[in-house]
Amino acid sequence: MASLKELSALPEVLAPGHRLCAGCGAPIVVRMITRAAKGPLVVANATGCLEVSTTIYPYTSWNTPWIHTAFENAAATASGVEAAYHALKRRGKVDKDINIVVFGGDGGTYDIGFQSLSGAMERNHKLVYVCYDNGAYMNTGIQRSSATPKGANTTTSPVGKVSYGKRENRKDLTEIMAAHNIPYAAQVSPSHWNDLYQKAEKAFAANGAAFINAFAPCPRGWRHDTKDTIEICRLAVDTCFWPLYEVVDGKYRVTYKPREKKPVTEFLKAQGRFSHLFQPGNEEVLEAIQKEVDRKWEELLKLEELSNS
Amino acid sequence: MALETKQVAMTGNEAVANAIKQINPDVIAAYPITPQTDIVQYYSSFVADGQVDTQMVTVESEHSAMSATIGASAAGARAMTATSSQGLALMHEMLHIASGFRLPIVMPVVNRAVSAPINIHCDHSDTMAALTTGWLQIYSENAQEAYDNVIQAMRIAEDPRVRLPVMVCYDGFITSHAVENLFLLPDETVKQFVGEYNPKHTLFDFDSPVTFGPLVLPDYFSEIKAQEADAMRAAKEVILEIAEEFAKISGRKYGYYEGYHLEDAERVIVVLSSTAGTAKEVVDELRAQGEKVGLMKPRVIRPFPAEEFVKALSGAKVVAVMDRAETFSTQGGQLFTELRAAFYEAPTKPLMRNYIFGLGGRDTTTAEIRRVFEDLKKDQERGSVDRKVTHLDVRV
Amino acid sequence: MSLKGYKDLPEGGVIPERGNSVLYKTGEWRSMKPVYYPEGCVHCLLCWAFCPEPAIKVENGRMLGIDYDHCKGCGICARECPRKEKALQMVRE
Ligand SMILES: Cc1ncc(C[n+]2csc(CCOP(=O)(O)OP(=O)(O)O)c2C)c(N)n1
Ligand code: SF4
Ligand code: SF4
Ligand code: SF4
Ligand SMILES: [Mg+2]
Repeated sequence: MASLKELSALPEVLAPGHRLCAGCGAPIVVRMITRAAKGPLVVANATGCLEVSTTIYPYTSWNTPWIHTAFENAAATASGVEAAYHALKRRGKVDKDINIVVFGGDGGTYDIGFQSLSGAMERNHKLVYVCYDNGAYMNTGIQRSSATPKGANTTTSPVGKVSYGKRENRKDLTEIMAAHNIPYAAQVSPSHWNDLYQKAEKAFAANGAAFINAFAPCPRGWRHDTKDTIEICRLAVDTCFWPLYEVVDGKYRVTYKPREKKPVTEFLKAQGRFSHLFQPGNEEVLEAIQKEVDRKWEELLKLEELSNS
Repeated sequence: MALETKQVAMTGNEAVANAIKQINPDVIAAYPITPQTDIVQYYSSFVADGQVDTQMVTVESEHSAMSATIGASAAGARAMTATSSQGLALMHEMLHIASGFRLPIVMPVVNRAVSAPINIHCDHSDTMAALTTGWLQIYSENAQEAYDNVIQAMRIAEDPRVRLPVMVCYDGFITSHAVENLFLLPDETVKQFVGEYNPKHTLFDFDSPVTFGPLVLPDYFSEIKAQEADAMRAAKEVILEIAEEFAKISGRKYGYYEGYHLEDAERVIVVLSSTAGTAKEVVDELRAQGEKVGLMKPRVIRPFPAEEFVKALSGAKVVAVMDRAETFSTQGGQLFTELRAAFYEAPTKPLMRNYIFGLGGRDTTTAEIRRVFEDLKKDQERGSVDRKVTHLDVRV
Repeated sequence: MSLKGYKDLPEGGVIPERGNSVLYKTGEWRSMKPVYYPEGCVHCLLCWAFCPEPAIKVENGRMLGIDYDHCKGCGICARECPRKEKALQMVRE
């Protein structure tokens, strides 16, 4: 287990001066994950808030080689980088061992980039794909994605006279990635920095493709105070809305089990995007959300039990 | 010096696969599509048999093929892919990114009609839709030219004055699948000719890291595009230099176009790729009858060598430009409109008319080419064209 | 400021620089700012771990203060500081 003192001595991959909003969760994820690479690191980035805000020409916030090509193809782009690495190493043009990490938002990962991600995972390229999941297309102005939680108010699932926000439950991408039988898949939250860092270390050390789904609050889109970013992460974990777990070679391990599982309303009420759910008439929606969180959590515990027995 | 070459019988795809094998690129990322598929299959077996040590990425789509090729190229690898039709359309977004990044990717494109209706046969609707993507486009009449063009394209693309991606186009089935006799160069000669790739910036330079693909706003965007336009201009000269060097190793000469009985021709057909072969036959026939007919087969249309094309056609009285793709502008095909525009400043202009032909693999026979020359003759006598745009072979 | 002409810019829109965004001062965005009181600090570095910029200065494992050129005043550091008001306090600019 690393201490923050040790981690602070490792190189900082992200330089300040980027233009992500104050309190944005994405760079917190980036800073911690990239530390675990230990050694040369190439970053590939999908179009989205992180990409645009860190590379406004002629400025870059990246202290390491970085590439963005488009929105839906960060995993494919990184596949090419990885292939180039093998080829150039074989031909004696690169001598170092390198790491490759990909950052994509939930839109670039769950939705439009789903196919290229699936392809890259199936081909088992040695790279770490990190989704920073802020539960909507934030860069284009808070449109719903398949990662948006049920009940959230977004600009394409707006609350209206006959609408309580997004009707559908989230796509469980971490499960889908685990089903690719990749060596490593995990879910992390920046509030639990040590858990996150250790998982990132395992991901970089994995013998092939690794996937990390990172919870990444967006104060602008979630409508919470900028100072509460980490607290909201904690609530997501303690309500089991965002369980922390990993799947290593098919074996599940829940890395954090809250002593007392908090009601999901504590997570929801901290954010403006869910405030309408607390108006009279939406009790059933709240109930349905709680039920789904419970069902998924129980399922996860069972998977842990089954895969280890 | 006696040139060392080896005559073989091969399909166009096999010839191109062999050119790629001799280049032995660092990375290939490709996805199969008829009529390009054999290239991927041939190459996979070269890899499987250890004849090349290319890292092959069998991606899940053409969009990913181009994305991975871009990623590899930005990392400093010599990277290639190949495609056709729907595949080229699917990678369209990434074509702009390859050129915008100034990556010297070479991509054989086996021309095939773009759906709908779905069709697997040749026309040029796929590459014509890619003319504004910042790629060079070189067209090939037959397997020999496709082979030669792929090898030259590598050098053109990687020339520091250019650093732009290149499509080498040839006709689906007609060229890709027909067996022809052609000459292959010795492996070592090709290896020497293409040389080592020396990228300017790479993702593996950890001492001076580079950011590829930042957000460029109105304050710089035009400048980046102006550089690209300059590179395309510079490519014109480079194409001829490389052709000259290539002639030394192969004995085969290339330029911006091939003229066939062009010098004193009054009636000229302008057509790309394999149809030029058919047209040559008709030109021979009509010449034997004393007709002053000729052919111009453009080889390079990106960059568009307007001056040279105009000069080549300056003696002609009537020109038929044959386009193997619609533009739906109602004003004719792409080659026609560009060539016609090129004559705007010319002191003397031939009459010009356009034929849209051979869509979705419709055979264009010598009879049809003869008909075009007959039309031209009537136009010449009349002193005007009776119809600007004609669908050559459509039943009424 | 006069911007470079097109021939003087790197090809392909690349930025051949390392983290030059430090030259861009996001500190101007701030409406609240964290004030650091070293005497109350236990150097746990949680503020550093959670700062999105990063704008917490650390050397040899010790908190050194705030990089006001880049701190956007989000308040995460003060909120997460275990010493609360004793080490970090948010005040109006
Ligand atoms: C092919 C394509 N479609 C749409 C867009 C517009 N677009 C850019 S970023 C974005 C949303 C990004 O959402 P996400 O991946 O969740 O990242 P975030 O901005 O939330 O960090 C969209 C829709 C695009 N750039 N490319
Ligand atoms: S909109 Fe949200 S995700 Fe995007 S920079 Fe702002 S806080 Fe971060
Ligand atoms: S969080 Fe508070 S106590 Fe810990 S290092 Fe920062 S200022 Fe000091
Ligand atoms: S207020 Fe926010 S930006 Fe400023 S130092 Fe604290 S955490 Fe960093
Ligand atoms: Mg998002």
